[in-house]
Amino acid sequence: MVATIQQLIVLCDCSLCRNQGNDGQYSDYLHLDLHFLPKSLGMTITLEARDIKKNYGEVLAVDGVNFSVREGICFGLLGPNGAGKTTTVEIIEGVTAATSGEVFYYGEVAGSRFRQEAGIQFQNTALQDNITVRETVEMFRALYQRQANINDIVEQCSLGDLLDRDNRKLSGGQRQRLLLAVALVNRPRIVFLDEPTTGLDPQARRNFWDLVKSIRTDGATILLTTHYMDEAQVLCDEIAIMDAGKIIAQGSPDALLRKQYDGLIIELPISDLTDDLSGIEHTVHENLGIIEVITTDVSDSLQRLTPHVSNLNQIKIRQPNLEDLFLDLTGHSLRV
Amino acid sequence: MLQRIYAIFQARNREFIRDKGTLAWNLILPVALMFGLSFAFSNDRDAYTVGVLQAATEIETAAHPFLQTSYINFVAYEDFDLAMRKVARHQLDLLVEFGSEPKYWINSDSPKGYFVEIALLHAGSDTEASIDKQEITGDAVSYADWLLPGILGMNMMFSCLFGVGYVVVRYRKNGFLKRLSATPLTSLEFIIAQVASRLVLTLVITCFIYMGTHILLGTRMDGSYFTLFLIAVVGAISLVSLGLVVSARVTSEELAGGLLNLINWPMMMLSGVWFSLEGAPEAVRMAANIFPLTHVLNSARAVMLDGASLADVTPSLLALTAISIVFFAIGAKIFRWSQD
Repeated sequence: MVATIQQLIVLCDCSLCRNQGNDGQYSDYLHLDLHFLPKSLGMTITLEARDIKKNYGEVLAVDGVNFSVREGICFGLLGPNGAGKTTTVEIIEGVTAATSGEVFYYGEVAGSRFRQEAGIQFQNTALQDNITVRETVEMFRALYQRQANINDIVEQCSLGDLLDRDNRKLSGGQRQRLLLAVALVNRPRIVFLDEPTTGLDPQARRNFWDLVKSIRTDGATILLTTHYMDEAQVLCDEIAIMDAGKIIAQGSPDALLRKQYDGLIIELPISDLTDDLSGIEHTVHENLGIIEVITTDVSDSLQRLTPHVSNLNQIKIRQPNLEDLFLDLTGHSLRV
Repeated sequence: MLQRIYAIFQARNREFIRDKGTLAWNLILPVALMFGLSFAFSNDRDAYTVGVLQAATEIETAAHPFLQTSYINFVAYEDFDLAMRKVARHQLDLLVEFGSEPKYWINSDSPKGYFVEIALLHAGSDTEASIDKQEITGDAVSYADWLLPGILGMNMMFSCLFGVGYVVVRYRKNGFLKRLSATPLTSLEFIIAQVASRLVLTLVITCFIYMGTHILLGTRMDGSYFTLFLIAVVGAISLVSLGLVVSARVTSEELAGGLLNLINWPMMMLSGVWFSLEGAPEAVRMAANIFPLTHVLNSARAVMLDGASLADVTPSLLALTAISIVFFAIGAKIFRWSQD
């Protein structure tokens, strides 16, 4: 079945579209095709957040967040520190109360069924002291009606050699694998991963990515929050970028990049410029000493740039990535 | 539900038992205290104590010159049987009654009773009224006999209050409770598991300490072991429930420690751990009754030293049960998983 974006918008049953009144006024959002794949096209919505708000006193941490997550995908929630990602996810998980708004799980208000079927890995979780890896997994497993086979979890998370080790004696990567195993003890239909690779070395991060991919292959829906744009690009089918408590962009990474960037990026150091680039549209990253030129015609742009550059060896040509998008949407300034 | 409670119960037990330092401290401290204090006070009480049979709580010193004697602690008793038991156990050196027919009761095996009797007869030598002497017998209750319930109760109090209060706050602060809150486990199931775990651990430790000191020091046990165990069970539940109230919402270990000490110290000083409150002002003795430990110690001593039956200690057990229900209900009602 082939449907145009306009048709999909009309068919879309997601909360965001309903909240926007289906009148085509989506200017505040970069709403793209993947988001609008609706139930009517055979795509089941696993999770839906409707107009979630959270106040901490005077501070509005989450400001009317809407999104839905289709079954079987990896959905990434990205944003700078303090954007409201963790608060949003914790409201959805049911561990933090929203000031207003609702969360739906397979069309029902998230409740006991959700608790039985959700697997959660928090950003920071302490485990009990003097308890082994095996005992930790067994304890959490006993809390659920749906129970995974322990051997399968152990194998999937590569915990075989660590089963009798005290929780306190695990490395960062081993600990994250244990926390993921704990999130999988109930054969979850949806898995929440809140910045799961923060603090891990590159090797451990990539091993963890393989784990996440294997969970997705097994059919679980994943909601991932992360600071790492490369992680989101590798793992996520859809992303939503949050800033100041709001979702400012939502869709598939490729679609968002296509929407934001028309072409490739040419990078060159400011120090290699012999004069200014008047007449050439460019972006300057002053803190990095880099100039970026976005172009659909690399040859033409290079011909126009060459007279202004003293050292051509430093010029780089690359595809725009999520980090570019993230920085362009949320700004480069330090968040406090 | 039971499966979830058992999982948390088992994990908490493992966590405690494998913490060798804490376990050793829970066992060694009370035993060391018991041996040390028994040795230090092996000569029993230094002061002379005399019971005065009268209805009023304040001693009427004008009733007889003996009541104005220095260095003797006079304690009013309304209950004749209780006072007689104390004379028989050498806990009172003498019991006197100055009415129309003055009398005194003395344990013929009590050395201190001998000297107090001389003081009584000397003080009354100027009066015309004669005083009738009644002799009774009975073995002495040593300080170790009297102290053992106090040490056991104190250890139980620390174990229950800190074992639940401090641990739950630590779990909340480090995010473990938040992780549990994201599972199907309910707060009531978690609380039941914590109370059950601490109850079992405390009872096992208390039994171990009791058996050790009872065998090594030959302490007195005149009542039923079953009744004593029942007191320990109900007492531990009441103390654990009290710890639960403290920990239900607190998010700082420092604050929890402060609050627990605020409860511990008055209870330790006023519940009769180290010394009897007999002779203390009525208001103090009444105030002490709000503490669960007071009921635990009074009933445990009654069983161990006086052979009290289950029926005799039922009022204390009912008081402890009521305290447990109230504290547990409050703790469960105000409990919260996270720091938000």
